[in-house]
Amino acid sequence: MTRDDIFGKVRDVLVDALAVDDDEVTPTASLVGDLGAESIDFLDIVFKLEQSFGIKIAQGELFPEGVAQDPKFVQNGKVTPEGLTALKARMPHVDFTAFEKDPQVSRVGGIFTVDALVNFVAKKLNVA
Amino acid sequence: MRWMWIDRVIELQPRLKMVAVKNVSLAEDHLHDHFASDAIHGLTALPIMPASLILEGMAQTAGILVGHAESFREKVILAKISKAELTADATPGTTLRYTAFIERMDNLGASTRGTVDLFDHAHPDRGYCPIGIIDLLFSHLDQNMSGAAFPEHNFVFGDAFKTLLRTSGIAIAE
Repeated sequence: MTRDDIFGKVRDVLVDALAVDDDEVTPTASLVGDLGAESIDFLDIVFKLEQSFGIKIAQGELFPEGVAQDPKFVQNGKVTPEGLTALKARMPHVDFTAFEKDPQVSRVGGIFTVDALVNFVAKKLNVA
Repeated sequence: MRWMWIDRVIELQPRLKMVAVKNVSLAEDHLHDHFASDAIHGLTALPIMPASLILEGMAQTAGILVGHAESFREKVILAKISKAELTADATPGTTLRYTAFIERMDNLGASTRGTVDLFDHAHPDRGYCPIGIIDLLFSHLDQNMSGAAFPEHNFVFGDAFKTLLRTSGIAIAE
């Protein structure tokens, strides 16, 4: 399976889970900001990715929990350098370049892009 | 039992499948306020069961199936209607049959898929005819990612649910 194949299947999952048009699902689209995902949709997306790709996704593996609630990781509404390190370690599939410039915790939703999902699945399937 | 939209559980395969039936009765108040017209049969005001209540019937069927899997310890909340398609109306004197399957479940919640069939007592030879599919997503409320706390007692599965299960011959721990 190529990266394009993965993108196609991820797009189908998001079209189904979020009731969006397929042309809205671009690599840089963020699930929350651009595609209107709500918290429960993340559970739906995990279930559908598992089904579509025949993979098993552990709780917190794709969308880590508890980081925003930890005072070591979030101070004054911003993710601390320690928090960023933790997020990067837990989410190697996410590109933090844009987020790092202004690490407001309110912007965390924006790091979950379509590309991040494709990266995640590609790593799970060992596709370069 | 005012807000029970299934009458009886007729099959339960734990963690897998549940089937329930609902008799649509003219004595139900909602049918006196919800009509469709049926020009073919010359009926201008035909009472029909609202689709939203058919959805609720499936939510109760699938919700009990999901709740039963963890012995009703989890507060199972309907979180999302993934898909709902109904192709026919349910009128008084018909029986709805809800069949729900657990598709995927973990400690955060479960997804279910379900079919709705209709039995018309005026045409018993036709048997149960498929009239729709309803796929749902349930959340286990206490496992929500925001960490919000909810009351200790399980307010989702109250006395009405317990009575229904008991009258359907399904044992539940009190």
